[in-house]
Amino acid sequence: MPNATPLNAVHREAGARMVDFGGWDMPLHYGSQVEEHHAVRRDAGLFDVSHMRSVDIQGAGAREFLRFALANDVAKLDAPGRALYSCLLNDSAGVVDDLIAYFLQDGLYRLVVNAATAETDIQWLHSLNALAGHGVAITPREEFAMIAVQGPNAREKLWAAFPETRPGSEGLAPFHAARMGDIMVARTGYTGEDGFEVTCLAEDSVSIWQGLVAAGVRPCGLGARDTLRLEAGMNLYGQDMDASTSPLDAGLGWTVDLKSPRPFFGRKALESRPRGHEFLGLVLADKGGVMRAHQTVSVEGGEGTITSGGFSPTLGVSIALARLPLGTAPGASASVAVRDKALAARVVKPPFVRNGQSLI
Amino acid sequence: MNVPQDLKYTKSHEWVRQEADGTLSVGITDHAQEALGDMVFVEPPKAGRKVAAGEAVGVVESVKAASDVYAPVAGEITAGNEELASAPEKVNADAYGSWLFRLRPDNAGDLQGLLDAAAYEKIAAQ
Repeated sequence: MPNATPLNAVHREAGARMVDFGGWDMPLHYGSQVEEHHAVRRDAGLFDVSHMRSVDIQGAGAREFLRFALANDVAKLDAPGRALYSCLLNDSAGVVDDLIAYFLQDGLYRLVVNAATAETDIQWLHSLNALAGHGVAITPREEFAMIAVQGPNAREKLWAAFPETRPGSEGLAPFHAARMGDIMVARTGYTGEDGFEVTCLAEDSVSIWQGLVAAGVRPCGLGARDTLRLEAGMNLYGQDMDASTSPLDAGLGWTVDLKSPRPFFGRKALESRPRGHEFLGLVLADKGGVMRAHQTVSVEGGEGTITSGGFSPTLGVSIALARLPLGTAPGASASVAVRDKALAARVVKPPFVRNGQSLI
Repeated sequence: MNVPQDLKYTKSHEWVRQEADGTLSVGITDHAQEALGDMVFVEPPKAGRKVAAGEAVGVVESVKAASDVYAPVAGEITAGNEELASAPEKVNADAYGSWLFRLRPDNAGDLQGLLDAAAYEKIAAQ
């Protein structure tokens, strides 16, 4: 039996089509994935992301521990409430997971990690803790649920439904979070739109969900979440990168901080491992199908592979993220093997869409 | 489940309607469109093509996945519905009004070998 989030019954009552995702029984859509996608680009949508795991890192050495454990540098988080995106690397510089690290207060950080990798991550963090010797406490917070409310009107609609959250959250800049009792409101997301991710106690999640729906926020499933993140050029763990992929081959070089001499785990391997690929976007020029993961891409410099592909509801064409031969640049022509056809595509620099606007 | 009584069906989730001129209209069932989700691409076959029973002749592709559409019986394609190619969402809105192709069967009696509504409903419910 897959795991169920505290909102499982709410999804079923709303007529959601459910799927197994990373061991969790999650809504794929509630009728139309495309309409849910448009709701987030044009107005506001909400997602149950309670399958993601919060893990608190606590202790006097928490900051130094995370400067060792993460490829991005938490020293950049100079005030409580600030957050950053980072990879956790293994000893061959492969990506164990990607996560967001929140600086909550001196000696306390919160990591939010992927569902399917949560147990691996926790074991990994324990191993690193033993290695680093800072003696931090690593505490998975399984009592939490998480709801993402995303779209140009998402913040206003959260405040309309729960006015008490407004004073603490209206001054939040992107990638900042505020705690209000048992609730954490973060101005983060996985859609390329403005909005919040709200962490709350499991028992409060149903009333928060229902309050947002009553305020006119549309429930959205994992289907729309995937097309939204693909348009936003955001990686999906397990698809665009995994434990064998260097972050430099997955478009995540910007998340690896090599500026300080800090000896983070995986750094040596990363610095001695040559880059193998460009990680770029594709826009299908021909009609005749939809680009999908694992399809082969031919460009002037050789062959590459699509890691994520699909149909972009905002642009009305098929788009993809791909590992391409070194030296391939935006603007290049490509040919993609879609079923039994070779279809023309154009290489672009992701993202494809941000804040409702086409960038290609 | 929406399974009209007056149509024939296949195990691969096509519906088949006999037209007055003896040709068969073929589309995908309501159950199939619901399982696939929002359609984004439809490729009907070209008229004049000779096909065997069970041969993949067309493609419907949703946000989720591509799926072949099969000829229910042997015959010749007499028309592909190009209108669907430019409006694939019609398959979601009206599955039984959205024929993908028309086919003249080699043997009119083959139609009787297809599933009736009750038999298809059992398969779709599994």
